[in-house]
Amino acid sequence: MTYEYQLVASPADAALDSDVSRPARAAANFFDWSKLNVLIVTGIFFALLFGYIRLAERGARWVFRKIPGLDAIEEAVGRATEMGKGVLYVPGVQDIDDIQTIASMILLGRVARVAAKYETALNVPTNSPGVYTVAEEVVKSAYSDVGRRDAYRSDQVRYVTSEQFAYVAAVNGMMLRERPAANLLLGAFFAESLLLAETGHAVGAIQIAGTANVHQMPFFVVACDYTLIGEEYFAASALLSNDPRLLGSLKASDMVKVLMIIVIVLGCLLATFGHTWLGDFFATQ
Amino acid sequence: MSFHPSHDIGVWIAALLTLGIFSFLYKDNPVYKFCEHLFVGVSAGYYVVLTMMSSVYPNLIHPLFTSFASDRHYLLIIPLVLGIMLFSRFFPRGDWLSRWPIAFVLGVYPALRITGFGQGDFVEQIHGTILPLWVPGHLGTTIGNLLLVVGLLCTLIFFFFSKEHKGAMGGTARLGIYFLMVSFGASYGYTVMARVSLLIGRVMFLLDDWLGALRF
Repeated sequence: MTYEYQLVASPADAALDSDVSRPARAAANFFDWSKLNVLIVTGIFFALLFGYIRLAERGARWVFRKIPGLDAIEEAVGRATEMGKGVLYVPGVQDIDDIQTIASMILLGRVARVAAKYETALNVPTNSPGVYTVAEEVVKSAYSDVGRRDAYRSDQVRYVTSEQFAYVAAVNGMMLRERPAANLLLGAFFAESLLLAETGHAVGAIQIAGTANVHQMPFFVVACDYTLIGEEYFAASALLSNDPRLLGSLKASDMVKVLMIIVIVLGCLLATFGHTWLGDFFATQ
Repeated sequence: MSFHPSHDIGVWIAALLTLGIFSFLYKDNPVYKFCEHLFVGVSAGYYVVLTMMSSVYPNLIHPLFTSFASDRHYLLIIPLVLGIMLFSRFFPRGDWLSRWPIAFVLGVYPALRITGFGQGDFVEQIHGTILPLWVPGHLGTTIGNLLLVVGLLCTLIFFFFSKEHKGAMGGTARLGIYFLMVSFGASYGYTVMARVSLLIGRVMFLLDDWLGALRF
């Protein structure tokens, strides 16, 4: 069977209607050849990733540069301990299927370990049942790891609501009433980023934020003491965990950047002299 | 200016709740607390019902109880069992069972998203950056292309973690952070404008829909 398509304006206006498309026939297709370049690039990425993870598991160690916001996390928990106040950890507003939330859970594990060791109150309001379930498990395990299982309270990790601004209203209320000494805003944030950071700033808490959402970074940069910008946020979770597999993936991502720089410089030089084949290779549409 | 207050009780409730939330600008107070708790409670209940009626019921319960055998929905047993396993966390002796569905979700979703990220955030970005650095007769395009390519390369070097940012690399990374800050500044200004328009929308609601003060 063949199909033809035409866009028709509503309300009817023949002048706005599109031309009728050429006849097309649907056919089963197991491989989308137009995405071959995506497969090749992803394949190279994975080859590097698994290669470096393997190297890390065999004992290879690399030196990574310091990330200022990373050291500040432990300092913030220490400051809260000295002041006898709590730490508020906000893991973003996305569900547990978001890679930023997953990275946030790794950071939460580290923060919970430090908080348990120093006997500092840690509160984790979540906005999704999935995040709540994982966060509770992470915090509970962290308290067990440092031998403080008895200090864990079931209300430390709370599900508030899945509605974005209701969640913000509740977290802002917690900031004002509980007055934590440190606010850690680590995860995927959207329009609520400035609302949270501004309230945290107003209560005088030391604030460390981290997100990969480019459009929200300006607000964190303005209102927080430290900000983990973009990939620094993912690197932080790898560096804090000290897990060879995550460190290997961090090294692999650096190598991918080197390859990207080489390809872009070469592609731009070729394009300047009228050769567009390298640029065309990366076209996906 | 004359006032024509709304006769709609819904508008009155919305307006008073809006003012209650705005009272936060002064300081935390019982009215804000009431509005906050109402907002949280209503939204939490709403999302439970929404998830149940738009996801769990049509995708799982309805096919299981109406056409399980006739339409061979045997695979639905898997999400049903995984869903039930999540509730095991209420029983201390079997709470480890809840880790299985969590692990399943954590494994499946990143895998599903790899192709989307690979295409949109990686391959297509490289494609968009491979530009001619000299376009004869178009000085503006040439400068734009140069800025884009240099900005991207410097920013990529800023996000390079395997080497300390010292010497030439440190200078390039510093230039990268300047590019980032300029883009953040532009983005900040743009978003503040958008937020001001949201505030205007809310004030218009109070003045027009509620008080009828803008009707001439």
